[in-house]
Amino acid sequence: MSQDGTLKAKLGLDVFKPAREPHILIRPGMERDPRLKKAVLACPAGLYSEDGNGAVTLSIDGCLECGTCRIACGTEVLDWNYPEGGTGVQFRFG
Amino acid sequence: MEKFEVIIVGGGLSGLSAAWTLAKSGVEVVLLERGDYPGAKNVTGGRLYTRPILEYFPGLLEKAPLERPIVREGATLMAGERHITFHYGDLEYSRDPRPSFSILRSRFDRWFAEEAENAGAMILPKTRVDDVIREGGRIAGVVAGGDPLHADVVVACDGVLSLLSEKAGLRGPGGSRDHAVGIKEVISLPPEKIEDRFNLEKGAGAAHLFVGEATRGKFGGGFLYTNRESLSLGVVVGIRDLVEKEPALAAPDFLDDFKKRPEIAPLVRDGETVEYSAHVIPEGGHGGIGPLCGDGILVAGDAAGFALNLGLTVRGMEYAMASGVFAAKTILDARAAGNYSRERLSRYETLLKGSFVLQDFESFREAPRILENPRFFRHYPEWLGAMFHDLYDVPAGPKKRLFPTLRKHLSFPELLALLGDLKKARKL
Ligand SMILES: Cc1cc2nc3c(=O)[nH]c(=O)nc-3n(C[C@H](O)[C@H](O)[C@H](O)COP(=O)(O)OP(=O)(O)OC[C@H]3O[C@@H](n4cnc5c(N)ncnc54)[C@H](O)[C@@H]3O)c2cc1C
Repeated sequence: MSQDGTLKAKLGLDVFKPAREPHILIRPGMERDPRLKKAVLACPAGLYSEDGNGAVTLSIDGCLECGTCRIACGTEVLDWNYPEGGTGVQFRFG
Repeated sequence: MEKFEVIIVGGGLSGLSAAWTLAKSGVEVVLLERGDYPGAKNVTGGRLYTRPILEYFPGLLEKAPLERPIVREGATLMAGERHITFHYGDLEYSRDPRPSFSILRSRFDRWFAEEAENAGAMILPKTRVDDVIREGGRIAGVVAGGDPLHADVVVACDGVLSLLSEKAGLRGPGGSRDHAVGIKEVISLPPEKIEDRFNLEKGAGAAHLFVGEATRGKFGGGFLYTNRESLSLGVVVGIRDLVEKEPALAAPDFLDDFKKRPEIAPLVRDGETVEYSAHVIPEGGHGGIGPLCGDGILVAGDAAGFALNLGLTVRGMEYAMASGVFAAKTILDARAAGNYSRERLSRYETLLKGSFVLQDFESFREAPRILENPRFFRHYPEWLGAMFHDLYDVPAGPKKRLFPTLRKHLSFPELLALLGDLKKARKL
């Protein structure tokens, strides 16, 4: 959000392996659900954003697979899974 | 049909401990891990207390890639304008067996996986488990990459979210009150600089926790651990406070702001951030422990909710390792009896109750409710900070007498509230 440049740079330090499909999806019709808005603040990678019409979108690149959005928003609004084996973030230090 | 004696899901500390223990006893065990290698997905703050677990890993931890033995503790009450820090040093911390070490999980878990493999465990990385196989009400294996893999018993070591326990019908998704998120940077710094800045002998390490402004008054705190050639710097924030409480600050900003604080900035100066990570932490304490077994399934580590925050110590790793060992011991017993029913596997709980794991959770049953107190995260750092300010202050003109200054801060309502908090904390 506010310090977006730093965040992008930080995410750029991590090793990510691309997956064939996104592993977290906003359930259709839930884009404006108030529960989903929590992810905008809560995501450590800043991947959720709210557009002018109050709909939340998710861009999965840079997902740290931490699980915060699943806990904050719940599974009624998010179709949440880990990325398929051998893809996604690969920490070298952890 | 692929069939194994034991399938372990997740190559974190709990899964690897179970795999290592079982393999040592000659059991056919397969561990499935979704990351490129065990450790690739795992994040911790960084401090492993070894004494509770030494007896379960004979001859192993001596060889482990530990970072630095922690010889000094630091704690800072961080107020907006000022801070109060205390250090605790102990010569015992420098004698063998050293009580605790900083660690980096990608290195540690990867090494541990090699040890488990050498002991005879089969480790399959890059493999995500998607479901359980049910047969007549019992768990009879897992599904990974579309393939069914059968086993006598499955151990869910898949971490805090434990989607596997959910699939097995043991628990539902976790709530924001019982979980925090940890956000962390690994900052590379030459060893000599680390030793100079933290006043350490060569190779020794420090641990430092921060409470108050580190999380802008929200539940949680900041942490700093010294590694061999880097620092682990991060903040942990309760997820409920993060999304519900003022100020509405985005998660990444907590760490950025913390890093810029005058208490932190000089310590990380010229350091190069080499990794950014985040991970959910169980904070439910005793109340957050889920079902530990079912027919054909055991649950260990974070998946079972085994993490305990006592403010000055934050522990999950030893509980993960010990619970992995007890799951393995339970399986050895069930295997001898040829009985993997829920009833037989419930001996796992008996083993945990006889050990430090469930005894600690029992002793500190009230910890989450006591630590939830918002006064710890805003009021106390500010109040004590203001008191010290006035004691140290040399104003223009005459300085007030010390005793009345103290009296001003230690007012009756203040002391009454403090007494109330102490009374609750008696249960710790
Ligand atoms: C920021 C932070 C700071 C912490 N600080 C400390 C500390 O200083 N000291 C301490 O003792 N504890 C600390 N903890 C807690 C500690 O890290 C955990 O309790 C511990 O890592 C739990 O180990 P685990 O093996 O149960 O789970 P994890 O280490 O999370 O391992 C779970 C494994 O399962 C794998 N997995 C998950 N789902 C699947 C699937 N479907 N298929 C295949 N594999 C799967 C994952 O990739 C992972 O390897 C901290 C935690 C965090 C996040």
